[in-house]
Amino acid sequence: MRAAVHAEWTKLRTVPGPAGLLFAVAASTILLGAVVANSVTCLVAGCTADAAKSSLTGVQLGQAVVAVLAVLVVGDEYGTGMIRTTLIAMPRRSVVLAAKAVVLLGPVLVVGVLAAAGSLVAGSRLLPLSLSDPSTLRAAGGSALYFGLVALLGLGVAATVRDSAAAVGVTLGLLYLFPILAATVASPTWHRHLQQISPSSAGLAVQATVGLHSLPIGPWAGLGVLGLWAAGALLAGGLLLQVRDA
Amino acid sequence: MNFLRLIHAEWTKFRTVRGWLIGVAAAAFVLIGIGILSAEGSRVVATGPGGGPRQVVTGPGGEPVRDDFTFVHRRLDGDGSLTVEVSPPAGVGAAVSPWAKAGIIVKNGTTPGSTYAAVLLTGAHGSRLQYDYTGDIAGPTGARWLRLVRAGSTLTGYASSDGTGWTRIGSTRLTGLPASTEIGMFVTSPPQDVYQERFGGGQGDVVRTTATATFTGINLKGQTPAGDWRQDGGGAASVLRTAGGFTVTGQGNIAPIPPDGPGAIERTLVGTFGCLTVLIVLGTVFMTSEYRRRMIGTTFAASPQRGRVLAAKAIVLGGVAFVVGLAAAAVAVPWGRHIMIRNGLSVAPVPVGAEIRMLIGTAAVVAVTAVFALALGTLVRRSAGAIAGAVVLIVLPYLMASAAVIPAGPANWLLRVTPAAAFAVQQTIPIYRQIDSMRTPSLGYFPLSPAAGFAVLCAYAAVAFGFAVWALRRRDV
Repeated sequence: MRAAVHAEWTKLRTVPGPAGLLFAVAASTILLGAVVANSVTCLVAGCTADAAKSSLTGVQLGQAVVAVLAVLVVGDEYGTGMIRTTLIAMPRRSVVLAAKAVVLLGPVLVVGVLAAAGSLVAGSRLLPLSLSDPSTLRAAGGSALYFGLVALLGLGVAATVRDSAAAVGVTLGLLYLFPILAATVASPTWHRHLQQISPSSAGLAVQATVGLHSLPIGPWAGLGVLGLWAAGALLAGGLLLQVRDA
Repeated sequence: MNFLRLIHAEWTKFRTVRGWLIGVAAAAFVLIGIGILSAEGSRVVATGPGGGPRQVVTGPGGEPVRDDFTFVHRRLDGDGSLTVEVSPPAGVGAAVSPWAKAGIIVKNGTTPGSTYAAVLLTGAHGSRLQYDYTGDIAGPTGARWLRLVRAGSTLTGYASSDGTGWTRIGSTRLTGLPASTEIGMFVTSPPQDVYQERFGGGQGDVVRTTATATFTGINLKGQTPAGDWRQDGGGAASVLRTAGGFTVTGQGNIAPIPPDGPGAIERTLVGTFGCLTVLIVLGTVFMTSEYRRRMIGTTFAASPQRGRVLAAKAIVLGGVAFVVGLAAAAVAVPWGRHIMIRNGLSVAPVPVGAEIRMLIGTAAVVAVTAVFALALGTLVRRSAGAIAGAVVLIVLPYLMASAAVIPAGPANWLLRVTPAAAFAVQQTIPIYRQIDSMRTPSLGYFPLSPAAGFAVLCAYAAVAFGFAVWALRRRDV
């Protein structure tokens, strides 16, 4: 397993793409977060907006870049035929996928922490936001974990469909279409359930710092829902990798 | 190779790849499926008295309306006219509502929703001639005298500041008006929305307002049966008889109710976003797969004019996307409407022209987006980045604006400058200027007109296409 992780790490760091994408994750997250935080107006009487969540809105954009990065870790190997070499070198396929997940997760989590911290620092200059508040820290740490789980989701989907283009489409569809559908259903029950099962809406509940009792799903439970999606995708990808010819 | 043969070649490439045909079918399936899911998820639980579905008052045009006011009236048989001096409506207990109304009206009985024409003074919008709930013609400001004349089915409104020099505001024909009508004076004042926006949604509160006005110098001409003025009215209604006329107080409105989001038919097209995501993948791959498989060298060897190759691809792809989008939308809308009605939603009626515009507009948006993705794929030559770029430019802004992720101000801005502006082609909710209501993207209102919004998307696609042609010519395969 250690050798597998080392091999995957070498693959990841020796091409220019991943580093650029990781930088783009942080830059897009912080930039959009700052723009949104700047657009939220606070009344004199008090701020009705969730300052931490507003500052972290950039995650909605950053997750697309995370998904691209994760998909390419598997998709590029299928695109170039490299996957066959990989599997000759490391015949235990579940180890290959696990090593890819570990190697992907590390940098994504680090960049996620940086992006969340940067967003909150930018947000605290624009909105009344306490950086040491426990719920603010939970929102920041949760956002980093959210990026990590999105990466695993993308990885699992890519291993399942074996094609970068289709995998990006499926992953972004899962992340973006649920909230749009939830916004159009009129029945409150359906609305709630859609938000509870949506990987992005439920996962981003971890960013909420005010009105927690009115959330469709609790912050950590929501992140758990995204975790289930990621686990399901990885499981499907892992199983298919085992049984299919490369 | 001539251009038609080029198109034929690209069409052959497209239709012989099984995965792409599956993609096309998936695009249609997603558009219909998500729309049906949205309609199914819109079961209305609100019930009226007696447990039945809520009764909705509708106007002569079939649109839901509000029709409650304090009314001092008598019967008028055949032609006639009414002239009064009226004080501008004043607020009771609070500032007057801008759309509080005091004036004279000719109406087919007192049943809510019946046909009418009225000349009136408003709280802040001058004098108006209004008819059948949706009709609204502005008259002079500062008027104190009003006159309404019935001649056959034509009703004409006049206003005057002194009672001698009259200005004609306009006239209307009410085809459904019977010979015998109710004519008289009315006052009404609409409830005001107090909307507080929060992150991730808003909280609306409705505050009632009351208005009062004094009518004097009442001069009714025409055939009226013997008897006195009668009164009707709902909440806070009061009519005081004064020396020269009446002081009338009332609440309510005579106006259309803007269709609320769930009843808007374009909700059945929410699957467009899923359809777009699939077609963005197809559009990108239509070009990037040529690079991946080194097919592009063969393609350019057979047809050295690279711009024309891209144009042929765009025509094939755009054509396929248009047909798929149109067919899927033409299934999703009637099917979704059927489910919405079955679920007890009052589906707002849509003029045929607007519905056709919505369907063709959806197909056009889908087609242009696919071409945009094709151009991005040509520029980037890598599928994943191009797909994510197109989705983030088109789907994410709509998501952020419509799901109230960001406040209404930036949301409107986002729907002006990003390709998501094009979804204005789907808006069928009419904009009534004679009522104050929240018109935010999260309620289904787009800041741009359908044509302008579509033009924004086309501009993005054209620029990307231009750069793609330039890059193709400049680059070595």
